[in-house]
Amino acid sequence: MARYVVASVTEILPGERKLVTVRGRPIVIFNLDGEYFGILDRCPHQGASLCKGRLVGLVDAPRPGEYSFCRKGEIIRCPWHGWEFDIRTGKSRCEPESIKATQYDVGVKRGSEVIDESYEAETFDVVIESDYVVVNV
Amino acid sequence: MDRVTTGQKIKLAIADCDIHPTPKSVPVEIYPYLSKRWQDYMETYGIIYRQGFPTGPAFPKGQPNAARRDSYPPAGGKPGSDLSFMQSQHLDPNNVQLGILNPLSCGQGVQNLDFSAAYCNAVNHWQIAEWTSKEPRLKASLMIPYEDPLASVKEIDLWGGDHNFAQILLLSRTAEPLGQRKYWPIFEAACRANLPVAVHAFGYGGAPVTGGGWPSFYIEEMVGHAENTQSLLTSMVFEGVFERFPTLKLILVEAGFAWLPALTWRLDKLWNRMRKEIPHVTRPPSELIRQQVWLTTQPMEEPEPREHLLDTIEWIGWEKLLFATDYPHWDFDEPSRALPIRVGKEQKEAFFLQNALELYGLK
Repeated sequence: MARYVVASVTEILPGERKLVTVRGRPIVIFNLDGEYFGILDRCPHQGASLCKGRLVGLVDAPRPGEYSFCRKGEIIRCPWHGWEFDIRTGKSRCEPESIKATQYDVGVKRGSEVIDESYEAETFDVVIESDYVVVNV
Repeated sequence: MDRVTTGQKIKLAIADCDIHPTPKSVPVEIYPYLSKRWQDYMETYGIIYRQGFPTGPAFPKGQPNAARRDSYPPAGGKPGSDLSFMQSQHLDPNNVQLGILNPLSCGQGVQNLDFSAAYCNAVNHWQIAEWTSKEPRLKASLMIPYEDPLASVKEIDLWGGDHNFAQILLLSRTAEPLGQRKYWPIFEAACRANLPVAVHAFGYGGAPVTGGGWPSFYIEEMVGHAENTQSLLTSMVFEGVFERFPTLKLILVEAGFAWLPALTWRLDKLWNRMRKEIPHVTRPPSELIRQQVWLTTQPMEEPEPREHLLDTIEWIGWEKLLFATDYPHWDFDEPSRALPIRVGKEQKEAFFLQNALELYGLK
């Protein structure tokens, strides 16, 4: 497993996303109120680009007639067939244990750490004082 | 089909028997083929469809405009309105050798029958001008105002023999069950023009979208297509349409297919016992259907275990299915992922391309 710098934190603001390519793999990085998550940009159903989907919440009905709406902006809905995935876990709404979007470990590192720990950052000029979004692939 | 190459390592060539083109702008692209009288009518009254809701579709769709969210052309406009984007997003990467255009909400089901006829005619001109004359892989569908059979026959006779058109298009929700005699002149003209008749799910018949009335949810409308299509097929069988027009080829588009075996079992059983009521049907319904009916694949059923899909296709016949994606709509079937089971090379090629080339006479 290698570590890659994919963005500076200012590039992906809360609620936003960025599609990056790491070792040939398209990965979409989400910022959820300062936490970053990464999933493979291929829907496990038929392969659509999840990055093109809408971020929605979870609509649930504990029993018929009772509705709840929670976790606004934490669920990515496929732009084709509407399959929903939890961006925190990659798990699908309908079959969470068997159908999942592939997840990648994403974090934030100071420029100084990035330089010291030899991250790959070919397309970036890493500045020691700034923060960066990094992904392990 | 000179673009088909053999012996090369290329992505499997496919036919896509259900692509939906849309005008970029009706005044810019359709008005040139509509007389001033109908342009003025449209500006004044709009388009009134034969349905309980006055404007827009009867149910909201799975995604806005029923479209894949990634199918909006970068240059602007609606999904399916930009040929070069359709080429780069779909026709080229998916190696579509034959694409059948099925324009929806383009003149059919319009309550003013004279306007319906004029609009269908305009859309026929438009398909050639904007699509088939620019992209040889695409074929048009001959739009007819099917609730006015005489006007429909006139339109079919006008274009008969024109190779821009691969089929005649109807929508599945008709004012009367489709086998009834009102529609027979259309089937007769289709045989004369040697064009298959395709019936695409949806439309504006005026009746509820399920046999049990108006449902609450879009998901029920989606299921209703299979039900509606079974009704129209049953009507065509028992009204004797296939026996009256033995060269008629019927294609059922976007209604699924896994229901067909059970329907034919039921039809055969009842036909055996109740032939006295319909003595004009002299052959088993299953035989008529096997000879004269084809189905497009999308939206493909996805059973678990997947092998059930193989059984179902075998009951229907591998030669009867025509691959379709429904591009650019949200329930698009991705060619490389749509058939989730391993099948033999011959069956795969038939399913994805050869059946369509043969049916449309393009081999």
